[in-house]
Amino acid sequence: MSCCAPGTEVTTTRLLPSSEELILSSRLLGPGLRQTELSVPQVHCGTCITAIETSLRALPAVERARVNLSTKRVSIIWKEILGSETTDPVSLVKAITDTTGYDTHLFSDGEDSGHKLQRELIRAVALSGFAAANIMLLSVSVWSGADASTRDMFHWISAMIAAPALIYGGRFFYRSAWHALRRGRTNMDVPIALAITLSYAVSVWETIHHGQHAWFDATVSLLFFLLIGRTLDHVMRDRARSAISGLARLSPRGATVIGKDGSRDYRTVEDIAPGERVAIAMGERIPVDGVVESGASDMDVSIVNGESAPRAVKTGDALQAGMLSLTGSLVLVATASARDSFLSEIIALMEAAEGGRARYRRIADRAAQIYSPAVHLLALLAFLGWGFLGGDWKQAMLIAIAVLIITCPCALGLAVPVVQVVAAGRLFKNGIMVKDGSAMERLAEIDTVAFDKTGTITLGKPRLVNLGSVKSDHLAIAGGLAAHSRHPLSKTLSDMASESVQAFDEVVEIPGQGLEGRTVEAVYRLGNRRFACGNNRADTTAASSMLEVILSCDGREVACFLFEDELRPDARTSIEALAAQGISSGILSGDREGPVSSLASRLGIARWAAELTPKAKADFCISLAEQGRKVLMVGDGLNDAPALAAAHVSIAPASAADIGRQAADFVFMHESLEAVPLAINVSRQAGKLIRQNFALAIGYNVIAVPIALTGYATPLIAAIAMSTSSIIVIANALRLNRAGRPTRHVTMKERRERQTGEARLA
Amino acid sequence: MNMLIFLIPIALFLGALGLFAFLWSLKSGQYEDLDGAAWRILEEDSRDQI
Repeated sequence: MSCCAPGTEVTTTRLLPSSEELILSSRLLGPGLRQTELSVPQVHCGTCITAIETSLRALPAVERARVNLSTKRVSIIWKEILGSETTDPVSLVKAITDTTGYDTHLFSDGEDSGHKLQRELIRAVALSGFAAANIMLLSVSVWSGADASTRDMFHWISAMIAAPALIYGGRFFYRSAWHALRRGRTNMDVPIALAITLSYAVSVWETIHHGQHAWFDATVSLLFFLLIGRTLDHVMRDRARSAISGLARLSPRGATVIGKDGSRDYRTVEDIAPGERVAIAMGERIPVDGVVESGASDMDVSIVNGESAPRAVKTGDALQAGMLSLTGSLVLVATASARDSFLSEIIALMEAAEGGRARYRRIADRAAQIYSPAVHLLALLAFLGWGFLGGDWKQAMLIAIAVLIITCPCALGLAVPVVQVVAAGRLFKNGIMVKDGSAMERLAEIDTVAFDKTGTITLGKPRLVNLGSVKSDHLAIAGGLAAHSRHPLSKTLSDMASESVQAFDEVVEIPGQGLEGRTVEAVYRLGNRRFACGNNRADTTAASSMLEVILSCDGREVACFLFEDELRPDARTSIEALAAQGISSGILSGDREGPVSSLASRLGIARWAAELTPKAKADFCISLAEQGRKVLMVGDGLNDAPALAAAHVSIAPASAADIGRQAADFVFMHESLEAVPLAINVSRQAGKLIRQNFALAIGYNVIAVPIALTGYATPLIAAIAMSTSSIIVIANALRLNRAGRPTRHVTMKERRERQTGEARLA
Repeated sequence: MNMLIFLIPIALFLGALGLFAFLWSLKSGQYEDLDGAAWRILEEDSRDQI
């Protein structure tokens, strides 16, 4: 990522979002117009903006394109149909990656309604800030000893400024307090609503009777600080999100059923009964669990085991709903109805897991549960005590209100959200997106990390490892053959050989075996050893982590291509860093035992499990939780989604399947696995600062409450005490940012050194 | 004392002006991309930019 000027970056093979995914996640703006939000985490300067915007505007289908550098997103409005052709949204993504070489991910986040509330809150902050500043100005002259008539006038003006601010800004607290009270409960907003209402009412009463002290300034500045806390809290609030709908989208709506007499009719999945025969064409998903009756194909089974390598299937093999047929067509005999099929089982698992996640109670909520009854009790005791002992009920009322104002959870309301916003900002700068604030609280607690293998510890894309030992003309032949297939290994091969490929007259793809191409002189075959060489030698790749593809000419082996899934940068150092913090790591993989154990030993991970179903992964997380452990799940695949939802907290890479991204609490944008220890570190630091802030807020109360109880709290003292406590809490939270800056530069530099070191080792 | 009759409304009016300026800038999306705006000012104008 040296520079972003066009053409400086060599484009390598990247995983682009599919056009199906892009269309599903785009928003329909009007007839024929769609809006797509893409996340480009590497944009960082003005040249990037110009490069991306110019390249997108050059496309005829693009109506508008705008880069947002703060959120590192690109918003594109494009025409669905241009002339007579429908637009393929992948071309938009390609335009960005081709000009800049940056990774581009789909961005979908249901935050429209949340955004509206956020704006309302900001407006309320602005209005109450304006009101607080003006009332404070008037109050200063009252405090400095204005004569009686001026004081009364200033009080009246203050009352008039405060009233609209109280209604406009206070409505959030009134509404929430009312909701809590109606259900017979109390929350942080009840003492707030009570304090601002009572203090305003008493101040007006005092003003009418030419009293000396009015609390308008305290009331409104209290509101101002509380609204800041509420706005920040809203930014970190869990956005209603659900991965279930995404998963449900994957299940086909219907399939072609072949009747006994050979008739074909298209039916919805619910109407397919066990025992019926279903025709699956190339590129279709399996609608219900079943057994192959005839035909052969390579199946994308990532939904079952998370592997990118397809599995060859033939007659008699069992298939699960949700698998995708890549290379051939099949006839399937259904063995289960849609309701009992694999995909429905995963959806049910996710529903159960997401319900469990909602039970976590945030630190702020737990604090409020203790705090608000205590405050109410204290104010009531002050009222009764001064009333009965002193006999002056009006003064008792004033003291009770002073107690309410002083104890009002101003600093407490800011204590958590300020820290979380600062922490989330720091993580975002390092390419980690936080979905909600409670995720950081949960991440700080974890003691075990479970990693998925393919796509999480590894990059999930096979890489040709023996390029040096393969002759370039053999690569050209293989590339020419591979261009005819959708098999992932073929795609890699044809990308590698893109400069010069041999043309073939006729290429046939034999599902589950490989490709066969004919030229005038010879027959070339590309595929597994048995297919290419025609003998029955045992498959030697089963135990090793390498995948081999053989190119043969008339049955003789001419070249052997070895593929291996590349490790994510910093995988080893990240796991070591976790161990240094006392966090144990494990691998949960759907892959075969051989590759998993070899990877585990390479990374020094003692605990691993292979050949797990999605359900087994989720059960593993649940059983660890029952033992009292807090598990962080790091995974990317469809098959990880239930485990991501079931774990205490979860992280997914941005290259993950849409469902995996939605189920996870954190998403990291960069390739390096270092994001995991970094996120844990920042979350732990944030946790520490939150506890410090609580201590500060409580310490302030310990000093201020006796002053209020003894009746010495004047409006001036209240104003000073409240503002300083809030400012101290905010300043403390900002330390997280300052502490982070120097270390980040070091890690960036270190990372580069480590990367080169690792490359040399490999 | 009499000056206050003029000064207070003037002070409030100026404050309100600032408030409305902020609300207007918020509404017109000027806080959407603060980092990007800093770079865009250095770019040369082209007519088709929105």
